[in-house]
Amino acid sequence: MKKKEYNLPSCPIPVSDYPYVMLAHGSGGTLMNQLIDKMFRKVFKNEHLDQSHDGAVSELPGNKIAMTTDSYVVDPIFFPGGDIGSLSIQGTVNDLAMCGARPLFLTVGFILEEGLSMDVLWRVVNSMQKAAEESNVQIVSGDTKVVDKGKADGIFINTSGVGIVEHDQNISPASIEDGDCIILSGDIARHGMAIMATREGLTFENVIESDCASLSSLVLQLLDSKVTIHCMRDLTRGGLGTALVEIAKTSKFKMEITENEIPVREDVRAACEVLGIDPLYVANEGRFVCFVPECEAIKVLDLLKSNNLSKDASIIGHVSKSDKAMVVANSQIGTKRIIHMLSSSQLPRIC
Amino acid sequence: MKFVDEYRNKESVQGVAQAIKQITKKSWTIMEICGGQTHSIIRFGLDELLPKEITLVHGPGCPVCVTPLESVDRAIAIASRDDVIFCSFGDMLRVPGSQKDLLSVKAEGGDVRIVYSPMDALEVARKNSDKKVVFFAVGFEATAPGNAMAAYQAKKQNINNFFLLVSHVLVPPAIEMILSSDKNQVQGFLAAGHVCTIMGYEEYEPLAAKYKTPIVVTGFEPFDILQGIYMCVKQLEENRYEVENQYVRSVRREGNIVAKEIIDHVFEVSSRKWRGIGSIPRSGLILKKDYSKFDAEKIFDVSNITANEPKECISALVLQGIKKPNECDAFGKQCRPDHPLGAPMVSSEGACSAYYRYKRE
Repeated sequence: MKKKEYNLPSCPIPVSDYPYVMLAHGSGGTLMNQLIDKMFRKVFKNEHLDQSHDGAVSELPGNKIAMTTDSYVVDPIFFPGGDIGSLSIQGTVNDLAMCGARPLFLTVGFILEEGLSMDVLWRVVNSMQKAAEESNVQIVSGDTKVVDKGKADGIFINTSGVGIVEHDQNISPASIEDGDCIILSGDIARHGMAIMATREGLTFENVIESDCASLSSLVLQLLDSKVTIHCMRDLTRGGLGTALVEIAKTSKFKMEITENEIPVREDVRAACEVLGIDPLYVANEGRFVCFVPECEAIKVLDLLKSNNLSKDASIIGHVSKSDKAMVVANSQIGTKRIIHMLSSSQLPRIC
Repeated sequence: MKFVDEYRNKESVQGVAQAIKQITKKSWTIMEICGGQTHSIIRFGLDELLPKEITLVHGPGCPVCVTPLESVDRAIAIASRDDVIFCSFGDMLRVPGSQKDLLSVKAEGGDVRIVYSPMDALEVARKNSDKKVVFFAVGFEATAPGNAMAAYQAKKQNINNFFLLVSHVLVPPAIEMILSSDKNQVQGFLAAGHVCTIMGYEEYEPLAAKYKTPIVVTGFEPFDILQGIYMCVKQLEENRYEVENQYVRSVRREGNIVAKEIIDHVFEVSSRKWRGIGSIPRSGLILKKDYSKFDAEKIFDVSNITANEPKECISALVLQGIKKPNECDAFGKQCRPDHPLGAPMVSSEGACSAYYRYKRE
C-alpha cells in the first residue's frame, strides 16, 4: 500500500497489516495494546500517561478547580482550518478558559468505527497533541472503544478537562452588572460556514476556514493583567445570538447590541446571504464575548486587540436594567429588532 | 458587500422613509406578495419606518407555506420508500404533513437529502442508478426554470431514475384571487422582483387595469422595499393604477425569454391547490405529457393521497392578508417554529415565522 505524505512522522502501526481500525483494536487484547502504545501513548507522551495506570494521579496547585466535558462528532473529520482532533482539545480548553481557569489536564475517550483508516486516526491524534501543546495542557488518561461498521461516523471523541482557578473573580452570568459593556473577540460565523461549505460541496471564491482556536492563553493574558471581568462565554453552536439570549435570561438583564459593530468577514457574509442564513446564529469555535464594567472596556479591548487571535475585537453593546430579560439589536438601517434563541437548525431557503 | 450594502445604507433608507411620509395623505393597505420581502420587512423593522396611515399585509408568496398538506403527505409517502433517495430544498423538510415531516422520515431511516439546486438532485440520480431519485419541485415562477432544466437534462441525458414531485404555483392567479374576494382590503401590491426577473410584468398589466390597483415590481433589500412602497403610495395618492418597475437592475418588461422558453417546454398551466386557501384555477404548473415519465406523482401512484388542514390554523386568512400572524390564538403558544401547526410558521419567509422571530415581545 502506498503511504500518504503528511508533515508528520509516518503512522507507526504497520499499515500493511492493519490499514483500518478493526473491532479487535477495542477488545482489550494485543491489538488494542499495540494501538495504545504505538499511537496514543507515543503521541500524547507525558509523565502522567506514562504511569500506565487506570487513571492519572497528580498534585493540584491551589484549591479551586474547574471541570468540564464535551463530545465531538463533527462531519467532515477534516475541514478548512482544523479537524475533529484539534477541535476536541480546543473546545474543552475553551470551556475551562471561560470559567477563568488555567487548563491543566484532559482525558480523551475515542469511539472509533470499525474500518476507520488508521492513517486518518494518526492524523487526528497528532492534531490533538499539537492543539494540546498550544494550549499548555496534557492528555493524561484515555479510553478507546471500537463499534461495528455503520454504528458510528468514523470517529467520535469525548474530552474532559480540569483546570485551576488562580484569581478571586467570580466569572459567571450572575456577576453581570447594569452598564456592563459587551465585547466580542473577533469576526463571527466562520466555523459554521466552513463546515457547511465542505459538507455540502459549496464553493465560493475564497475558501472559508474555521475560526477554531484555543482561547486559554488569551484569557489568561486578560486575567493576569488584573482587569475586572464579570462574565465570559465562548460562542459555539447557536452562535452569538443564542449565547447572548442565554446570558440575558440567566442574568435577567437587557442587552442592546449594534449590528454594525459585529465583524463578519465579507466572504462569510456573502455565503450567509446566498444561503439565507443569519450569521448571528452560525457556529464559532474560537470566539467569545466578555462582559466588563464600562470603565474597564477600553483597556480590555486594547488588550484583546494586541493579541493576533482577537485583533478584530469590538465593543458590540451594553447591558441595562429592564423588566424584560431580552436582547435587542440596532440594525444597520437604524431600526431595532429583538434577537431570539435559534428555535431549530437553520435551513437554507428555497429562494 | 456590493449590491447589498448600498441598499442597506442608513441615510438612503431613512431618506426614502421620509419621502413616503411626505406624500402620504390618506390611509392605504399594501400587500407584499413575496415571503422574501416579508422576511426583509420584519427582519429590518421596515414597518416601523412607515407612517401610521400605511398598513402592510403579507401575501401568499412563500412557496413553502402554500404547498398543500397533501403534497407534503405525498412527499413523505415517497421518501419513506426503501428504493428512493428524496431530495429537497432545506425549508421543506420541516413542513408538517398530516402525521409527520420529512425530517422525521430521515430519522426513521429514509434517505432524505438537502440539495441547493435541482441539478444537484440530477447528479445524485446519475451516481445512484440503483435508486429512484425524487426532487421536490416546489416554488413560484422563480424556481421553475431550474426545475424545468433538470427535467430537460434528465430526458436529454437519458437519466431514467430521476423524478420530480411537482407542486409549482404562479403569482398572478393568486393576486386575482385576492382582488376578486369580497373580503379584500388590499389597495396596492408589491410584486416579487425575482419572479418578474423570469416572467417580466406584462401579465400583471391586465390585473392592474381590471381591478384598478397599482402593482409595483419590487426588490428585496430595505431600500428596494421602501422605494416600492413609495411608488405604490404615490400611485394611490394620484389615483393611478399602473404596473411600475422598482427593480430595474434585474427586471425587464418581457422577462427572461430563455428561462420562459424552458418553462414552456417542460411545464403546462393547471389548477393547483394552495395550502390554507384551496384550489385556484390555472394557478400551478404540471409536467407536460412529453415529460410524464419523470412525474413522481404518477410513477409512485400517490395522487390518491389527500388531506385536510388543521382547524386551529388560520393560515388561510394570514396568507390572504385578512389577519396578521399575531392575531391568531395559537401564535407563539401551540404554534411555534419548533412546533408549527401550519406552514407559515415553518419557513423563515413565512409571515408567522418572521413575526415569531422578530416581532415577539
